[in-house]
Amino acid sequence: MSRYRIPGMGRVDPAAPVSFTFDGRRYTGLRGDTVASALLANGVHLMGRSFKYHRPRGPVSAGSEEPNALIGTSRGPGRFEPNTRATVQELRQGLVTESQNKFPSLKFDIGAVNDRAYMLFSAGFYYKTFMWPRSFWDKVYEPFIRAAAGLGKSPTEVDPDEYASRYLHTDVLVIGGGASGIAAALVAARSGARVVLVDENAEMGGSLLSDPSVRIDGRGSWAWLAEQLSQLRAAGVRLMTRTTAIGYYHQNFVGLCERLTDHLDQPPHGAPRERMWRVRAEQVVLAQGALEKPLVFDGNDRPGVMLAGSAQTYLNRYGVKVGDCAAVVTSHDSAYYTAFDLVDAGGRVAVIADTRDQVRPDLVEAARRRGIQLLTGHTVTTTYGRLRIKGVRVNPVKGGQVGAGRKIACDTLLMSGGWTPSLHLFSHTKGSLTWDADSRTFLPNHKTEACQIAGAGRGLWGYGPVIEDGVKAGLAAAEALGRTGTAFGAGVEGDRPGTGVSQKELPTDLSAGKAKAFVDYQNDVTAKDIRLAVREGMRSIEHVKRYTTNGMATDQGKMSNINGLMIAADALGKQPPQVGLTTFRPPYTPTSFGAFAGYHKGATFELTRKTPIDPWAEAQGAVFEPVSLWRRAWYFPKGGEDMHAAVARECRATRASVGMFDASTLGKIEVAGPDAVEFMNRMYTNPWTKLAPGRCRYGLLLGEDGFIRDDGVIGRLSQDLFHVTTTTGGAARVLNMMEDYLQTEWPDLNVWLTSTTEQWSTVAVNGPNARKVLEPLVEGLDMSDANFPHMSVAECTVAGLPARLFRISFTGELGFEINVPARHGLALWKAIHEAGRAYDICPYGTESMHVLRAEKGYIIVGQDTDGTVTPQDAGLDWAIGKAKKDFVGKRSLQRPDIVAPNRKQLVGLLTEDGTRLEEGAQIVLDPNQKTPMTMAGHVTSSYDSVALGRPIAMAVITGGHNRMGETVHIPMPNGTIRAKVTSTNFYDPEGERLKA
Amino acid sequence: MLLINCPYCEATLPELEFAYAGEAHIDRPADPSALSDEEWRDFLFIRTNARGPHFERWRHIHGCGRFFNAVRDTVSDRFLMTYKAGEARPVLNALEAAE
Repeated sequence: MSRYRIPGMGRVDPAAPVSFTFDGRRYTGLRGDTVASALLANGVHLMGRSFKYHRPRGPVSAGSEEPNALIGTSRGPGRFEPNTRATVQELRQGLVTESQNKFPSLKFDIGAVNDRAYMLFSAGFYYKTFMWPRSFWDKVYEPFIRAAAGLGKSPTEVDPDEYASRYLHTDVLVIGGGASGIAAALVAARSGARVVLVDENAEMGGSLLSDPSVRIDGRGSWAWLAEQLSQLRAAGVRLMTRTTAIGYYHQNFVGLCERLTDHLDQPPHGAPRERMWRVRAEQVVLAQGALEKPLVFDGNDRPGVMLAGSAQTYLNRYGVKVGDCAAVVTSHDSAYYTAFDLVDAGGRVAVIADTRDQVRPDLVEAARRRGIQLLTGHTVTTTYGRLRIKGVRVNPVKGGQVGAGRKIACDTLLMSGGWTPSLHLFSHTKGSLTWDADSRTFLPNHKTEACQIAGAGRGLWGYGPVIEDGVKAGLAAAEALGRTGTAFGAGVEGDRPGTGVSQKELPTDLSAGKAKAFVDYQNDVTAKDIRLAVREGMRSIEHVKRYTTNGMATDQGKMSNINGLMIAADALGKQPPQVGLTTFRPPYTPTSFGAFAGYHKGATFELTRKTPIDPWAEAQGAVFEPVSLWRRAWYFPKGGEDMHAAVARECRATRASVGMFDASTLGKIEVAGPDAVEFMNRMYTNPWTKLAPGRCRYGLLLGEDGFIRDDGVIGRLSQDLFHVTTTTGGAARVLNMMEDYLQTEWPDLNVWLTSTTEQWSTVAVNGPNARKVLEPLVEGLDMSDANFPHMSVAECTVAGLPARLFRISFTGELGFEINVPARHGLALWKAIHEAGRAYDICPYGTESMHVLRAEKGYIIVGQDTDGTVTPQDAGLDWAIGKAKKDFVGKRSLQRPDIVAPNRKQLVGLLTEDGTRLEEGAQIVLDPNQKTPMTMAGHVTSSYDSVALGRPIAMAVITGGHNRMGETVHIPMPNGTIRAKVTSTNFYDPEGERLKA
Repeated sequence: MLLINCPYCEATLPELEFAYAGEAHIDRPADPSALSDEEWRDFLFIRTNARGPHFERWRHIHGCGRFFNAVRDTVSDRFLMTYKAGEARPVLNALEAAE
């Protein structure tokens, strides 16, 4: 048995030893221990070094609010977790743990020189101390501070664990499985409601687990607890332990993070590590209890200084005596019960120093009976020791004057600065708080959600009152659901009622500059820092918080917020409610990224859309690229070709003979109905009335602001039916925009819009031999140029498949696009590929498609346009139906900014030295101007062109259309590149090849 | 995540099914060419930016696909009501009183 374990106490299993290591040393704890309780049982208090000053630290609490005892835990390769709270991590066989933020060792840490250089690191030090010289910040100061300060190291490997997520709908969600929450859940469940009860701890019970001496309904509190839990199960309540309510959102939406395997010796294979629950509850009962506050005095952070209530938890729940000789300093009655329990368990309590002058007579009597020295009206002015507390100096306080101190030896100092209701989740809902002057604490006030608040979470104290309050909350929840609950009472004997006061830092006889009285342990913020912030002009608590970083660590100030407020209010000469609290934000406790990500990682991060032809491309060894959610064949390398070689070959083959391309991802929308042409006239810039059935037109879509939104070829299949194509990425946006206008602006139009993107597979065949390849496959259509000229569309049969055949081109070559029902896409592709053998047909990917279209100056919306490009800017004035009275965006084309000269306009660029420009490179007119230079535009597209035997580029340049033939300059790291402004139509400018 | 009532489906469904679509009751002018530059600018860009009840459009994009209108309090992020596109703008006082 470990030195500090008391046989027969606690809820740990003495017959089940569990072996683990801390900083390489082997220890033994018991099943049911946390890492903290097991280390304390072995007499280890020193568990970490502080963030800024590297001061030795031990656990100050026994729960999830722990700021100090942060450790790294390892569960095998890739399963390292930093900043785990030793007070939360349950022990399991073989657990490997280590302390953090120390070098070379926890007991001797070089970084502790920071503690001597205290003055350098006071509030706002990073705004002051490290300001000069300015250039030192990035290179010297910041890397140094980041290396010296800090918490654990982030893992670098991919997290191999699985994380699950689930939805849950319930009538009542009770958060907090203490006495109050249990009572609420029981009443609500017995009214017939579906009830879920969650608690972040390994077992239900809350503070009951730390108070076995209290008797309820004639039984010990633990027997009562067991009985209530079996009643809850019998009533059908879903009990979820190790489950933290991390956030409370609108309309009773609560996020729960359930920890499933971290406590298991051998997690089942494939079991998720954590599960995120998204709960929607009709009623929420917040029964989260209260958090104990530290007292603020010099040396209140030494290992061995601990919250009194936590020492009581270690004693009663884990059977661990936190030391041989305790001193207690308190401003709340609750710490007396800790002292009593310690003495009753055979421990020694050297002194209870109470900051209050008056103490309840029964507590005085109970202390006297146990032989505990009681000093009322006393303060603690310092502690002694280095890696562990050795003593405490207590001084009387009379009329605000601190008297002479005396040293009292101890190896633990148990403190209580009173209790703060756990308001975090309530605050997430923007529920308002009210200042209770009697208890000097904030209590929940106006509710914004359908919730009840019960127990210590609204300032009540003692088991009798909180059980009664839980019953009330259960009744209220039932009533809100239209059910009738039944109240029950619980007779409590030996209850532990209590009151206390909240206060600023304790009075001291030390000089103001000398006291290191910590308010926020995790961020090393002292009372002095907060007063300094106020002196330096911070007035709002939000500013004080950010200047000092009080409450900004991973514990979000669970212990420090109220103490910080008390001190700030005192420094400002205001009442605490006038200063106000900072905002609590989710998550309640640190939550793993894995739990948030859930299933959304790797291949299931987002869906991948594939065309019916995708398997063929994959079998051919195509290299793919993502285009919006689609995966598209980028190029088809042959025999070890790199991308450059493959693309050059694909382009050459297409222009020389024939190429084929999977264009299935193009967005397709069918616009049908008697008013279809009117609708098209209003949506697109182009005129549609005179477009005959069987003909196509390039359509340009603007936003109402006059900027290009999308484009695509649109075929008119009959008077009342248009086959609209959109960009691959723009399909959903365009349909949404069309639906918007149709539903809300022109509901009188008789038009139907249908997305047909995934209904059609599309194969583009381009090149001088395109017709020769297709002609044998086509039935029901005379494909001759005379009968089926450029920009025609017809329904026919291709390779025996029903098809919509377009004669269009995105390459400048004779081109066709064949649409067949998607299920036939692969068959069509194979048939064309087979038929094209005689002409060495070449499948090409998106990269060659980009090169071929750029050689013709065809724009890609989103690449050559960026949402600020008008049709004029892009050289597409010709696509505007000038005679049309109105279309979406037309009025904006007359706005002063749009008709202003020197807008950025799309032009071609040819570099003088034949280098290929970088897409996105900035362009200047005068390369000799001073930096920062005036930028005249940027390169939008740039490729090596086989057809032209040189690189080509497109760019938007200020007043570009009037700069034809001018030279512009592109400054790059290795020198400035000169380029000539040209037309964007680089290849076959007369368009003869289209007409073949 | 908010719950939103679709007035066409007559069902209250998670926000994930819906897409926000800007301020409501801004009609596209029947003849934009008749508007001055300033009037057209106001139509394009000038919005109420309300603190409190805000008339706005939503689309049940992953459901029935219909656009509808809503009154949402931008402070509390609470929906006061939803109603079909084309219906008259509800009177605010009555709504606020009901809240």
